[in-house]
Amino acid sequence: MVPTSYYLILSAVLFGLGVVAFVFKRNVITIFMSIELMLNAVNLAFVAFSQARHQSDGQVFVLFVIVVAAAEAAVGLGIIILTARNRQSLNVERVDLLKL
Amino acid sequence: MTPQLAIFFVLAALAVLGALNLIIQRHPIHSALSLIVVMIALAGLYLLMGSEFVAAVQIIVYGGAIMVLFVFVIMLLNAGVEERTNVSKLAGVAGIPLAVALLGFLAAAIARSNESAQTGLQSGTLANTKEISTMLFKDFVYPFELTSFLILVAILGAIVLAQREKN
Repeated sequence: MVPTSYYLILSAVLFGLGVVAFVFKRNVITIFMSIELMLNAVNLAFVAFSQARHQSDGQVFVLFVIVVAAAEAAVGLGIIILTARNRQSLNVERVDLLKL
Repeated sequence: MTPQLAIFFVLAALAVLGALNLIIQRHPIHSALSLIVVMIALAGLYLLMGSEFVAAVQIIVYGGAIMVLFVFVIMLLNAGVEERTNVSKLAGVAGIPLAVALLGFLAAAIARSNESAQTGLQSGTLANTKEISTMLFKDFVYPFELTSFLILVAILGAIVLAQREKN
């Protein structure tokens, strides 16, 4: 019997680590992976609440989140391939054409 | 300590260590592998909570499809070790306090809602997969159809973006 709050705290910690990775990393692919980490943390909170309240809605939402993450990964990695081909680099600081 | 609690702590430690390793590692392929560890640990936690359908989907879609796509793109682009610049130091100075503040807010919100802390999770209380499928095809049938449209658009977008331009 694990208290629900343990799952929520783990979810918050994983989300925070995802934010840290998002801010810290300079590689586009790793930044993208940290977004996936944050989505996973939110999924954990969804499932924990769903089980605590004995309603299955949360798990259906998790399914939708996973579908959106898959679509996002397909399109995002396409964009990454395109920028890497044009800029010859995966560093986000090299992609600054919109800056003054 | 009950066995469930022990399993929870092992899996939670695995997930947090994997996420930390994602930040520490400099090479994207190492980050991708540690992210796979996080996802497998989360699948184990879903099993522990008794939602076996979500655990299976987590392993098949996240651990299988999405991470293979990531590793494939890393290999395809021959991504190397990331470089450090002055801007990344600035990101560290500004980012760490902000992340700690975010974590503090979340912890405060969880601590304040004491009702969720009292009720524990018994595993396997719901007849899960059946209930999820009925809900998915009855109550959420329009969003479900919309996701198929979303995936179609994503396939088209990925093909259009990644194809080489012909002169």
